[in-house]
Amino acid sequence: MKQYLLSIYQPDGDPPPPEFLEPVMRDVEALNQELKAAGAWVFAGGLHPPSTATVVRFRGGDALTTDGPFAEGKEHIGGFCIIKAPDLDAALEWGRKLARATTLPVEVRPFQGEVAE
Amino acid sequence: MTPGAPAPTAAAIERVFREQYGRAVAVLVRIFGDIDVAEEAVQDAFVAAVQRWPSEGLPPSPAGWIITTARNRAIDHLRREASRADRHAQAALLHAQREPAQESAVGDDRLRLIFTCCHPALGAPAQVALTLRLLGGLTTAEIARAFLIPEPTMAQRLVRAKGKIRDAGIPYRVPGAADLPARLRGVLAVVYLIFNEGYSASAGERLIRAELCGEAIRLGRLLAELLPGEEEVLGLLALMLLAEARRPARTTPDGELVRLADQDRSRWDRALIAEGQAIVRECLRRGRPGPYQIQAAIQAVHCDAPAAHATDWRQILLLYDQLLALAPSPVAALNRAVAVAEVEGPAAALALVDALALDGYYLFHAIRADLLRRLGRTAEAGLAYDAAIASAGNAAERAFLRRRRQELGGG
Repeated sequence: MKQYLLSIYQPDGDPPPPEFLEPVMRDVEALNQELKAAGAWVFAGGLHPPSTATVVRFRGGDALTTDGPFAEGKEHIGGFCIIKAPDLDAALEWGRKLARATTLPVEVRPFQGEVAE
Repeated sequence: MTPGAPAPTAAAIERVFREQYGRAVAVLVRIFGDIDVAEEAVQDAFVAAVQRWPSEGLPPSPAGWIITTARNRAIDHLRREASRADRHAQAALLHAQREPAQESAVGDDRLRLIFTCCHPALGAPAQVALTLRLLGGLTTAEIARAFLIPEPTMAQRLVRAKGKIRDAGIPYRVPGAADLPARLRGVLAVVYLIFNEGYSASAGERLIRAELCGEAIRLGRLLAELLPGEEEVLGLLALMLLAEARRPARTTPDGELVRLADQDRSRWDRALIAEGQAIVRECLRRGRPGPYQIQAAIQAVHCDAPAAHATDWRQILLLYDQLLALAPSPVAALNRAVAVAEVEGPAAALALVDALALDGYYLFHAIRADLLRRLGRTAEAGLAYDAAIASAGNAAERAFLRRRRQELGGG
C-alpha cells in the first residue's frame, strides 16, 4: 500500500457564507466516514487561513521567524487528507470524491515509501 | 548452426527486436512491475542475440526467446543487486516470483502497457513519448527528432514520466468497465496525435515523420486486435488508413502541399483504401457511430470519388451534420462549411465560416480566403491569405498559401 496526500486548494479571501459551507462540511464528514469504513483513512484536517501562518528558517546559524505564509499566491491549502491506497487509480477515485464534496481542486501526491496493508 | 535456420544479419536482428520490443517489454513489466528493469532486460537480451543468433541462427520463436532470455538475465542481475540490500531490486524479484513467467496472454500485457503509457495523470507529450518508446520501440533519439526537440530534453521527459509511474503508483492495468470509455478516448487521442504529427507536412525529416504515421497505424491495428468490440478503435484505424492512402499524392517532390482537389488520384494507395473502406462498412453494419467512425466515413466518401468533381458532397455534408451532433467543435464546423460551399455555394459557406471563433487557426483563414476568391472578393481574399500565411505551422503550408495568393492576380 502507498500513502497519498490529498491537498485541497482554496482561493484566497473571505470564506464562503455558512449556507454554502454547511452542506460542504456535511459532505466532507460523510467522506471521512467512508474513508474510515474502507480502511483508507490515515489523517484529515482543515487549516486556519494563511494569515495565521508563521515561517521559521535557519540563516547563518540564527533561527529567523517571520509572519505570513511561505508562498504567496491566489490559492492556498485549505485542508488536507492522508489516505492509504493500493495505486494511483484508487487514490484518484478518493481525490475525485473529495473534490466533489469540497467543490474545490484537489492535488493528489504520493508519499515516499510503502506502508503495511 | 541449426539446419533450416539461416544466420540473421545484424540489421535483421535489430529489426526483430524493434518489432518485438513492445511485446517483450509489456510481458516483462508485468513480471517485474518495473519499466526500467523491463527495458534493461530487453536490451540485455538484444546484446545476447547479437552474440548468438549469427552462429546459432534465428530461434523458432524470436519473441519467446527474447522474453525468456530477458527474464533470466534480469533475475540474475536483480539477485546480485538484492544481495547488496538493494530494496528496489528485492521488490522487483518478489514481484517476479508472484507472476507467471510465460506470455500467457501477451495481448493483455500490451493493452495494460498502453493504458499505463496513456494514463491521464501523465501530460500529453509524456504519453506520446512513452507510447512510442515502450510500445513502438523507437529510440529516444528518434522520438526527439520526430518532435524536433533536443534529445536530452526528450530523455528527461521519459525519465520523469517513468519516475511518476513508479512513485505515484500508476497501475499497470486495463481499466474497469466504468472507466474504460474515458480512458480509451485518451489512448485513441494519443495514437491520433502521433499520426497527425507524422501527417502534418514538413519539408525536413520526412522519413521520420512517415515512420510516425506507420507507428500510429501499427498501434491502431494492435488496439483493433486487442479490443475488437470497440467501434471507435476501428473508426480511428480506418481514418488513419484512408488518410495514409493519399500520402503519396499529398505533396510535390519538393515538399509542397497538394490540395485534395488537385491530387493525382492514381497515386493513392488502393490497398489501404480498400482496407479502410471495408472497416468503415463494418462500422456502419454495427450501427454504433462515434466521432472517429464518422470522420473515417467522410474520408471513405472522398476516396470513392474517381475525380474531385465526382465527390458526393451531399453525403459528406450529411456526415458532418452527424459529426457535429455527436461531437460539436469549431474545427468540425469549419470542415462542414467546406462541404456547404460545394452543395449550396460559397456565399452560404462564408456566412458559416465568419461566425466561427477560429482566428488563430491557419485553415480558418485559408478556407475563408478561398471562399472570398470564389465570390470574386479578391482584395479581401488577399488579406485572408496573408492572415493564413502568418498563422501557418510549417514551410510546406506557407509555400502552398503564397502560391494561392499569387494566383489571385491583382492582389
